[in-house]
Amino acid sequence: MAVDTPSQSVAKAAGDVARGRSRGTGKPRSAAKRSLSTHWYAWAMVAPVIIVIAVIIGYPLIRGIYLSLTNANERNVARSIGVNEIPATYEFVGLDNYADALTGSQFLSTLGWTLLWTVACVSLTFALGLALANILNRKIAGRSAYRLMLILPWAVPGFVSVFAWRFLYNQDNGLLNKILAGGGIDAVPWLNDPTWAKFSVILVNVWLGIPFMMVALLGGLQSIPSEMYEAAEMDGANAWQRFRHITMPGLRSVSTTVILLSTIWTFNMFPVIFLLTRGGPGEATQILVTQAYKFSFEVSPRDFAQSSTWGVLILVLLMLFAAVYRRVLRKQGEVW
Amino acid sequence: MTTTTPTRRATRRAAPRATPRAVNAPVRGRRSPLSSVALHLTLIAASVIAVFPVLWVLLTSLKPAEFAITTDFFKETTVENYTNLLRDTPFLTWFGNSLLVAGLTTVVGVFISATTGYAVSRFRFPGKRGLMWTLLITQMFPVAVLIVPIYNIMSSMGLLNQPVGLVITYLTIAVPFCAWMMKGFFDTIPREIDESGYVDGLTPFGTFWRLILPLAKPGIAVTAFYSFITAWGEVAYASAFMVGDENLTLAGGLQKFVNQYGAQWGPMSAASVLIAVPAALVFLFAQKHLVTGMSAGAVKG
Repeated sequence: MAVDTPSQSVAKAAGDVARGRSRGTGKPRSAAKRSLSTHWYAWAMVAPVIIVIAVIIGYPLIRGIYLSLTNANERNVARSIGVNEIPATYEFVGLDNYADALTGSQFLSTLGWTLLWTVACVSLTFALGLALANILNRKIAGRSAYRLMLILPWAVPGFVSVFAWRFLYNQDNGLLNKILAGGGIDAVPWLNDPTWAKFSVILVNVWLGIPFMMVALLGGLQSIPSEMYEAAEMDGANAWQRFRHITMPGLRSVSTTVILLSTIWTFNMFPVIFLLTRGGPGEATQILVTQAYKFSFEVSPRDFAQSSTWGVLILVLLMLFAAVYRRVLRKQGEVW
Repeated sequence: MTTTTPTRRATRRAAPRATPRAVNAPVRGRRSPLSSVALHLTLIAASVIAVFPVLWVLLTSLKPAEFAITTDFFKETTVENYTNLLRDTPFLTWFGNSLLVAGLTTVVGVFISATTGYAVSRFRFPGKRGLMWTLLITQMFPVAVLIVPIYNIMSSMGLLNQPVGLVITYLTIAVPFCAWMMKGFFDTIPREIDESGYVDGLTPFGTFWRLILPLAKPGIAVTAFYSFITAWGEVAYASAFMVGDENLTLAGGLQKFVNQYGAQWGPMSAASVLIAVPAALVFLFAQKHLVTGMSAGAVKG
């Protein structure tokens, strides 16, 4: 890889530069006093990430923001037909796209479902992941075998597991409906009815998300010293009190991190919705991301401006969320 | 009681907890048989739900295509779905492409998230806070917005249809999370180890490479697992950037294949099983480190 070798040599070279002072490098307390040259080393180590992010994320972001202020679509962007180069003819329209999106009903109703989807998925995965992590943290025969099986959904590539679920959900031939039929229950339109489809996509996403939560929380549980439980038990705390006053506070920092990450990921969970229902039936399960994708790839003419507008709005919403989340945590005295 | 076989993976933290319980058999930790049964039933139910969809695909792939939608667990077991798949489609080429892309992403991703994580964990330098925020914010970027501009960049750099183009794109997905994790993990390694390295005359890079990295295996395992899974299972970029039968990765290839076969579940399920195998191998290799690695990374996040 091009990024790899040069960066390594750069880092080494920078390391040599810093050698004379290297003894102090491990003590950040005096960092402010040291000259810029000491920081080269740290910068060299983060440089590959910065460069890749700047080129692959930074530029597209700026371009996306720019496009959201224009009326660009498939018909007026620069393109070449055969040997003819057709220059771009789209115009700057200011904040019109944002005004349209925020006053129209489509964005707001999609946003409503996206919020519902995110809250439902994150809270269910967290609750179930916490329950399973607590069980797995006890001494129980076959624990590692259980853990192996429970993490499995994470190890399977997304499009394979989504395919598996489509197969199970299939209305006429799917296993779920055949089992229901065995019990004398009518076939359920898992993916064909708006309400059922919402239920089904949430179910699949929860199934996919539990392993991550479980593993993270299990790690958190294992870092709570057992002496605390013993002391609490001496004092006569019952199981619920121990959970409430030792386990929950002990898991605070890991929970806040995983809830933040999982919220961000769920909000932007493209593959599950796209591969399972393509946003259908109708637009019932369309979340903001899939709708933005649809604008720039599936509608005709492809509407780049609209798509970018939605994308920027998604980003703004998530950043707001992260900022508020952080502020709330800080108010509660959490260092993060 | 169920306190047999304390697994080696129960980690150092759990080990001291187990010892007094086994010796003195105190009240705590003793469980009525009824609640043991309840716990096992819960775990069995959860495991079945976790494993079943994948298992069902595996079972389906072993049935002749015309019986794919039957509910029997086994029916005229055969491997013809697999032989058809390998004979009639460029599946192996796609598989090789995916392996190349995912492998490169993993190696490069682990390396640069380790250096970044180490720098952020150990050094205080201007731009550090900004970098941490950037890493978090990068994860908020919707694919839908980035995909067209990235496509344009790749095409102007001549990287379309090249594995390298996909690898770079996947790095932007995997590295921010991995660097965060690695930073948290390095935070748990005592600074005294770095200092002892400097005393012995190692450069910061030497310290990182020879002393810290070997200690960070659980963190590396998680990072490698995450990078590999991300690259292996990604669909949107893969299908947008790669065209032509011989360049496709599995995600793109499979979509062609779906059209080609319509609603034929048989060959599809065989392909799914083959795709899941490398991911499962990486998972098996990494899983004993997952809990330790994740906790250190996420707790300190």
